Amino acid sequence: MKYTANITVMPLKALLDPQGKAVSNSMANLDLPEIRNVRVGKHITLEVESPDEKTARQKVEDACKKLLANPIIESYEFELTKA
Amino acid sequence: MKFGVVVFPGSNCDHDLLNVLEHVLGQQVIALWHKDHDLKGVDMVMLPGGFSYGDYLRSGSIARFSPIMKEVVEFADRGGFVFGICNGFQILCESRLLPGALLHNEHHTFICRNTYVKAETDQSLITSRLRIDEPLKIPISHGEGRFYAGSDIVKELQDKDQVLFRYCDAEGGVSEKSNPNGATDHIAGICNKTRNVFGMMPHPERAADPVLGNTDGLGIFQSILQIVTA
Repeated sequence: MKYTANITVMPLKALLDPQGKAVSNSMANLDLPEIRNVRVGKHITLEVESPDEKTARQKVEDACKKLLANPIIESYEFELTKA
Repeated sequence: MKFGVVVFPGSNCDHDLLNVLEHVLGQQVIALWHKDHDLKGVDMVMLPGGFSYGDYLRSGSIARFSPIMKEVVEFADRGGFVFGICNGFQILCESRLLPGALLHNEHHTFICRNTYVKAETDQSLITSRLRIDEPLKIPISHGEGRFYAGSDIVKELQDKDQVLFRYCDAEGGVSEKSNPNGATDHIAGICNKTRNVFGMMPHPERAADPVLGNTDGLGIFQSILQIVTA
């Protein structure tokens, strides 16, 4: 069975996110000063071949922990759907 | 002493290191291709600066899984000396051979300029010949160089004398102004608990050959030789 994972990786809330801060600051220039606290992360999609959803989930967890996110500085979450 | 400089796709300071170690210091040095699984009997592994794998995902995150890194991690775990500079430091943090991580610079710009650092201890292989608190002019060249670790880890680094270098000004003063990238506690270089793995963001190999007009970084390499060949 083929599954698709939509993974979101975000800088930990406690960390300064210079990209998000720069985007936040630019909102005033767009005449949108109501928008604040922008944080910029990454969106990763991937496909995983797996006999069942549970195994697919474990594989994606493994990929996130080992490579896609660095737990010292980032958090991650993902949604898994049948491809 | 035999050094090995690992060459990753995208390394660009490997030849600076090879030049300093071989021609300035007269040591035996070989390049180690990242796809190999053999450290070829080197006494110390050097991970050079550059943009391994284009800095994709996070700097150093993909190089950490290059084939040779399995041997580098085992070598370090056995007590072997490993020294990463800039991208090499990033790779060592991603490998968990060193604590912490390197984040995007505070102002999110790439910084390439001379900066000053000072050794915080002479109780390490790479700082043994340096005078504590003497500012050294050494260039930095990075976009992701803001050292970060949780407060408990930073305290441990401090308590266990693992902070090797801090950014400072030309007079040795440490302030927000002398911190080029927003690094936690102005940290520019550290070692691991067992003091055999070293990482620093500034580039001593770019300030160690007299033809370049600045040899402030040479003492770091001379420190290694003093201890290992003594």
